[in-house]
Amino acid sequence: MAKEVAVSGVTVKAAGHAIVQDIGFELGRGEVLGVVGESGSGKSTLALALLGFARSGATITSGQVVVDGVDLLSLPPAELRRARGRKVAYVPQDPATALNPSLRVSTQLTEGLGQPARTRVRQLLDTVGLPSDDAFLRRRPRQLSGGQQQRVAVAMAIAAGPRLIVLDEPTTGLDVATQARVLDLVRELCRARDLAAIYVSHDLAVVADVADQVMVMYGGEVVEHGPARSVLTRAAHPYTRALLSAVPSATHRHRLVPIRGRAPSIDDARAGCAFAPRCDYATPSCSTTHPALALAPSGTLARCIHAEEVTRNFRTVPRAPEPVVPPANQPALLSVSGLNASYRGRQVVFDVSFDLRPGQCLAVVGESGSGKTTMSRCLAGLHPEHQGEVTFDGSPVPAAASRRDSRTRRELQYVFQNPYGSLSPHRTVEDGLLVALRHYFGVHAREGRRRARAALDRVEIPSRLADRYPSELSGGQRQRVAIARALVCEPKLIICDEVTSALDVSVQASVVELLRSLMDDGPSMIFVTHNLAVVRSISDEVVVLSEGRAVEAGRTDQVLTSPSHAYTRSLLAATLDVPDQISPR
Amino acid sequence: MSVSVARRAARTGRARLGLGLLAAIAFVVVFGPLLAPWPPTAIVAPPLEGPSAQFPLGTDLLGRDVLSRLLSGGGTLTWMTLLATGIGVVLGALIGLTAAYRDGVADTVLMRAMDVVLSFPETIFVLVFVAAFGRHPLLTASLVGVAFAPGVSRVLRGAALPVFDSEYVLWAKANGLPGRQIVLGEVLPGVTSPLMVETGMRLVWAVTAIASLNYLGFGITPPAPDWGLMVSENQDGLAVAPLPVLAPIALILMMALGGNLVAESVARTVSRTEGKS
Repeated sequence: MAKEVAVSGVTVKAAGHAIVQDIGFELGRGEVLGVVGESGSGKSTLALALLGFARSGATITSGQVVVDGVDLLSLPPAELRRARGRKVAYVPQDPATALNPSLRVSTQLTEGLGQPARTRVRQLLDTVGLPSDDAFLRRRPRQLSGGQQQRVAVAMAIAAGPRLIVLDEPTTGLDVATQARVLDLVRELCRARDLAAIYVSHDLAVVADVADQVMVMYGGEVVEHGPARSVLTRAAHPYTRALLSAVPSATHRHRLVPIRGRAPSIDDARAGCAFAPRCDYATPSCSTTHPALALAPSGTLARCIHAEEVTRNFRTVPRAPEPVVPPANQPALLSVSGLNASYRGRQVVFDVSFDLRPGQCLAVVGESGSGKTTMSRCLAGLHPEHQGEVTFDGSPVPAAASRRDSRTRRELQYVFQNPYGSLSPHRTVEDGLLVALRHYFGVHAREGRRRARAALDRVEIPSRLADRYPSELSGGQRQRVAIARALVCEPKLIICDEVTSALDVSVQASVVELLRSLMDDGPSMIFVTHNLAVVRSISDEVVVLSEGRAVEAGRTDQVLTSPSHAYTRSLLAATLDVPDQISPR
Repeated sequence: MSVSVARRAARTGRARLGLGLLAAIAFVVVFGPLLAPWPPTAIVAPPLEGPSAQFPLGTDLLGRDVLSRLLSGGGTLTWMTLLATGIGVVLGALIGLTAAYRDGVADTVLMRAMDVVLSFPETIFVLVFVAAFGRHPLLTASLVGVAFAPGVSRVLRGAALPVFDSEYVLWAKANGLPGRQIVLGEVLPGVTSPLMVETGMRLVWAVTAIASLNYLGFGITPPAPDWGLMVSENQDGLAVAPLPVLAPIALILMMALGGNLVAESVARTVSRTEGKS
């Protein structure tokens, strides 16, 4: 019997170059396929192509997408439009922009349904685990939390009873606890309704949690495809292994191994294996022969001529340096006691106290709304609406940045969460650093350029990018530039507010490793995050925030190995890991 | 960014027509006085003569050559327009950005003061001061500029508020960069697009405002040649000789229409590209 979903030979081209090349797979009822890859690997293009849609400028040139016996790609436009929703449905990445902000939940859900039936809407909301009372139906998207918005988007997708649901990074941008609940929902839907699902993500740990099959994409091609367990534990393609090594673990402290080099762009010349320039196994023949997808000893299909050799090796992850344990009598660099902060008159941080000793990395962990960003902005002087004592380097620090002395401002640097907003779009990379240098050191022209180049060099930004504007850089590069801007100020403390949450896992790995190496040069660090796995790999001490209160604090390994507070335990339970992580060397 | 917007806007048909019109007017304003066959203020023939080889557009109510007055009469309007726009945009931008930066009491005081100025129709506003201080083109142009400032300040304050909340401005605040540097170095480049659109619109409005003030006799003094003044001087003879009235009106229209087309195409291009940074 034919499978519920059969995809073969799907190719999408833009400007003559294939951005998705010859993709094929089969999916049975209730099965979930995880599609994994870095930004630019073509995974979102593939997701849209499965709905018979290509972004403007791109066209689906060949292939079949058979869902429930119907080939979507051969349907005329009007029928294709009817098939979307009834046969195949889509859940986009960012529910905040996917939902119409001016429509109420009820209207949102009935829009595609023909006749609006209240009872049907209530059923849908029950299915996705949302309240179905009238008050909820009257809400608008901005009155919902991120997780609720994503559930509404899922409810919209399943409203017309599709057989295949395509989810494009639905949990990127949600915190771990919300992500765990959305993943539960997807699993439950597929089981209860016999839905086939395609789950696109850059995070192997997420895919490992939800998928039955995993397909790894690189440069628009499938490089490895097989049953989830085999791909995750016995990967036969070096790229899959590289991705696995970039995933942080909440149970083991290990170095995150970034993938060197950059992802290929579509107009690069393709002779051999697309991954060869970044591959540790590459031999001269890799750059000349284009490998075919072949069955590897791991039981997966892999596109690598060295698959056998790769499978033979155990995957190992380098151990990270042990957490720093400073002498107990050392004076604290930053000391916070009794910090209370409010946001628009509502108190969001309650009586938080902690000490940070020189050379240490302190992680502040909590989900969205736990007050961690407000707290870190208090320390940076950007949120004067707070009381409590903050002592930096032995002297008390005023609440507002404008009332601090220049030395304090210089030595306490803050790196923002969003690399797309924290750099002025009107200045080149180098000019951005020069502003800081002129401001603090009064240095000009040549000396300024020398220092800026040195800082860029330190964060591994090639000097040819110094004259680029931020919009011409990738997210990871922008975040490095933002870090470089903090570095030129010669700080004693760098506060990193969720600096990796907008980045791919492999890029996150390189930024985390960069921060770790920076600490060898002297500065201490406060690392604010919602991801306990990242905490494990970088921090020495941790403070867990829940609803504005510090519920647990202590050495990272102690807190994560034997958490004493229920909230920490629930956070830890929601943190995803790649299964059977091979024990660190 | 703003350069590419200007370039993209210039490619639209609307903008090309506008630029063509403005170029023609600019030619008349710059080279007109040199080409005028007669001195613009000299009485050279009987009044209200029809067009002839000697006087291609005829003569006006006082017997002066209309063509010569047209060719010489654009200069005043042009410099008054540019001055008014310059004052309006610079003053308005300064007030709007300061209000957005200072927030709180300063913001309220500044913007309410702007509302008071805004509540006077600009003609009345100018008339009050001209009546008090006497008639002078420099005064009139400056007053029109001041009358424009509240509108500009409202638009720029609105455009600047989200920029002040952006993280790169927060960075500058956290590092204690001086206010002047934050406003001029960080925020101003972020509002260049609305600033350009506003400048274009104000240029157009300034043309009509100043031409009508000159027509009403609150700007330039006769017998100096000026398009607005020519309309009022010759309207009594409209039935007999329409050209001395219609010709300056056509030129004022060309100037306003040209500016309008350019400003609008810039505004449209901006609204399409904004937000994609």
